[in-house]
Amino acid sequence: MSIPQSVDDTLALLNRGDYVAQRSLATSVYLALRMGRPLFLEGEPGVGKTEIAKVLSHTLGRTLVRLQCYEGLDIASAVYEWNYARQMIEIRLAEAEGVKSREGIAQDIFSERFLIRRPILQALEGDLGAPPVLLIDELDRADEPFEAYLLEVLSDYQVTIPELGTIKAAAPPIVIVTSNRTREIHDAVKRRCLYHWVDYPSAERELQIVARKVPGMADRLSNQVVTIVQKLRGMELFKPPGVAETIDWAKALVTLNVSELNPEIVNDTLGVLLKYHDDIDRFKDNKVEGLLNP
Amino acid sequence: MSAGAIASNIVHFTRGLRRAGLPIGSGQVIDALRATEWIDLSRRDDFYWGLASVLIHRHAHLNLFDIAFRYFWEQKPFVHREGVGAADATTPDVSDEVSQRVLEAFARSAAAIKSDADESPTVKLDATFTTSRREQLQVMDFQSMSIKEIREAKRMLARLRLPVPEVKTRRSMPDTRGTTVDLRATLRASLRGQGELLLLQKRSPRFRHPPLVVLCDISGSMNRYAEMLLHFLHAITNDRDRVHVFLFGTRLTNATRQLRHRDVDAALQAVSRTVEDWSGGTRIGTSLLEFNQRWSRRVLGQNALVLMITDGLERDGGAVLGHAMERLNKSCRKLIWLNPLLRFEGFEPLATGVRLMLPHVDEFRPAHNVASLMDLADALTPNHTSPNSNTRKSLRWK
Repeated sequence: MSIPQSVDDTLALLNRGDYVAQRSLATSVYLALRMGRPLFLEGEPGVGKTEIAKVLSHTLGRTLVRLQCYEGLDIASAVYEWNYARQMIEIRLAEAEGVKSREGIAQDIFSERFLIRRPILQALEGDLGAPPVLLIDELDRADEPFEAYLLEVLSDYQVTIPELGTIKAAAPPIVIVTSNRTREIHDAVKRRCLYHWVDYPSAERELQIVARKVPGMADRLSNQVVTIVQKLRGMELFKPPGVAETIDWAKALVTLNVSELNPEIVNDTLGVLLKYHDDIDRFKDNKVEGLLNP
Repeated sequence: MSAGAIASNIVHFTRGLRRAGLPIGSGQVIDALRATEWIDLSRRDDFYWGLASVLIHRHAHLNLFDIAFRYFWEQKPFVHREGVGAADATTPDVSDEVSQRVLEAFARSAAAIKSDADESPTVKLDATFTTSRREQLQVMDFQSMSIKEIREAKRMLARLRLPVPEVKTRRSMPDTRGTTVDLRATLRASLRGQGELLLLQKRSPRFRHPPLVVLCDISGSMNRYAEMLLHFLHAITNDRDRVHVFLFGTRLTNATRQLRHRDVDAALQAVSRTVEDWSGGTRIGTSLLEFNQRWSRRVLGQNALVLMITDGLERDGGAVLGHAMERLNKSCRKLIWLNPLLRFEGFEPLATGVRLMLPHVDEFRPAHNVASLMDLADALTPNHTSPNSNTRKSLRWK
């Protein structure tokens, strides 16, 4: 599948992957694909940032290479590592065979045979005809040194291995970087990417999303669900529910065979929507009824 | 002016600048001397920008340099700066404060030149006097200080460093006594000897300062401490990276960017322009709530340490405060409350605000004089000894 030719194409493409996108997001995705630039997605947890990469890889028929970031993530687990055990055996073998040239040994054991490819290198050396989608997930969890390392990858789609030289992607992968903004990512990273802030969807769009993701749901019920979630987002909670929570809740209600919401059922399933005790606490003692009444 | 006179004047000029707070190394002084050989000294512009380009590395320092240049080379008083340009008109107060400092710095420089000729014992005597004076100042309550004493205390605070203990990160660095084996380095080392010997190269975890978040009360009841505390905040903000400062009275203001200004007077001016609720009422609960909602996830990551500076006299009261404190305490690694009221021997947490907040803090300390802010060092120094503890200082006075 080739990359889309217009914003409408992109919308249709995402739609095929069951992703109901705003036009602004589709525009960013389209530009990132056309211009061959990484796309930096920032937003609250559960608004569908990671999903974009999954949908793109699925609809475009590309492999998805995922790199989950965490504090202390280093080159050895993100880019490449040498196979030390094999290298040591190789040295012993060379000794046994009586190879004396030091240069020869060094050149031999630092060749591609002994290289273990980690996600970023895999993505750069991907299939020529259909370069993979590289998802760098939750970059804010990694620390600043790793961010700095990414600069070369994001701007030139290449990595430099001291012993081997520079490896450049023949066909640049589609790169999606996501962040939950638990800290600010450095400008240098953002500058190399197209930036998009993924917001909570409007009620109308959220209805479409629920209809897509939970097909067996009655219209009336999904209306109620979306209304409540939208209300909750306006209530200054410590953690407002994301779209992921809406879908979870809808699925939960379908699983429970609920046909219409009542205070009791909302109370019992509130843990699917809200994940902090302080937030849930605000709805005890029949305060849930306020949510149900328009 | 002869070449010799120019040279000695430049040395005095740079010394004055250094005293006024510009970071000027001896290399830059030599560069400045060398630069005068190349520029036309009869042209004031050339001389001015020549010196500026050598001595200044940041835009923020230009203002101070400008005032100093006028004073030192043209003997112009600072007050007559109206005609300089529109750019200066926007920040008249800043320049006034700064100019006061420059004047002081250069006056002392002149005094020092004179005293060079005098006997040295007088200087010594002077030094001992300062030490005892310093001790006396440390225990004096902020609110009972005279203007002169406040000035000295500010100078001491400016040199204060908060010894926030470093925390272990998940990154490592080469260390001969380390615990984990660095296979890559080991292999490289063994190749150097044709693979004959396998000397294990090791690594150990790297330590780093955790982020520091300060929430400081600037309401009416904290009024008399506010100025000193802001000097304290300025010192710790510029001490290292990853420091965030929030001020609150009835509303919350992020003052980190303003306090980052290297010049303390300019920074405080910028803060006072940003904050809209000086010396007003206190709404600790709602301010904390706002912090929790808007900022906590953005600044409290990576094991942040929170310093909360307030007297706990809440106007609103109510359960909001308790809940907000609990949320805050659960979102950070350690929560330390600095309370200026704690100076009274018989302080009892009677106010509702204080009673609501106390259960949720990890440390409760006084903050009414220089010594108490220094004592903070003990609160922050861990009781256990970490492997590198001998290299980490408990409290540094530069």
